[in-house]
Amino acid sequence: MSMLPQMFFGYFASAIVVLSLLVITRKNPVHSVMWMLLLFFHIASMYLFLNAEFIAAIQVIVYAGAILVLFLFVVLLLNLKEELQADRFIGTWPAGLLVSAAIFVSLAAALQKFVPGPKGNFTIDLIQRVTHTKVLGQVLYTEYLFPFEIASLVLLIAVIGAIVLAKKRMRSH
Amino acid sequence: MVPLNWYLLLSAAVFSIGVFGFLTRRNIIIMFMSIELMLNAVNISLVAFSHYLQDLRGQILVFFIITVAAAEASIGLAIIIALFRNKNTVHVDEMHEMKG
Repeated sequence: MSMLPQMFFGYFASAIVVLSLLVITRKNPVHSVMWMLLLFFHIASMYLFLNAEFIAAIQVIVYAGAILVLFLFVVLLLNLKEELQADRFIGTWPAGLLVSAAIFVSLAAALQKFVPGPKGNFTIDLIQRVTHTKVLGQVLYTEYLFPFEIASLVLLIAVIGAIVLAKKRMRSH
Repeated sequence: MVPLNWYLLLSAAVFSIGVFGFLTRRNIIIMFMSIELMLNAVNISLVAFSHYLQDLRGQILVFFIITVAAAEASIGLAIIIALFRNKNTVHVDEMHEMKG
């Protein structure tokens, strides 16, 4: 019975790794988007496992609901027949493999010497008593109010930028 | 209780997979998805830190990262649409207008 959390973690971690490998190796971009949808649901479950319900909900709503739909719309522009005939990777892919393996090895090596810092005030008991969304809101709207306002500005600029960039150029003649 | 290091190792693995995809794929949309993969890897480690150190700041950071990821996806996909309209391709090795 005490092995249950480890088994949960084992399933979700291996599923996340396998799904991310599937995302970057599929030839058909539509398949990549579909695997990524499954990947985002698994990551959301991982957040639930870490007692972060609100973040899990945002993960599903924003990532799976909004960003992936945007990706799917753009993939529809592609010429899929041409895509399926083209090479999957660039010619020098072993160099990329070397770089990413080096990043993984150095991160894993750094983990061996890692010592966690002091614990904060937000214990699991407190979060479960007040509920996660309320606690997060209380911190976000007091201590982080200014960055929150800046985030709205970032989104406004993204909206304007997307319209300007994707608009069809008017021909002058 | 699952140790914190397991989550950090998972996050490192997903991040490296994202780096590999970004460096080796030719399709610009898959490259964008690799960037999203890297952002998600960082989010996993931040939420794990937040849970194990009992501090909500990590989750506030995740909130902002998701905001920036949404903005980045919309602008990036708009750039892809503009590129596709002018060049009729999404393969990055066929785009060399800026080469001197």
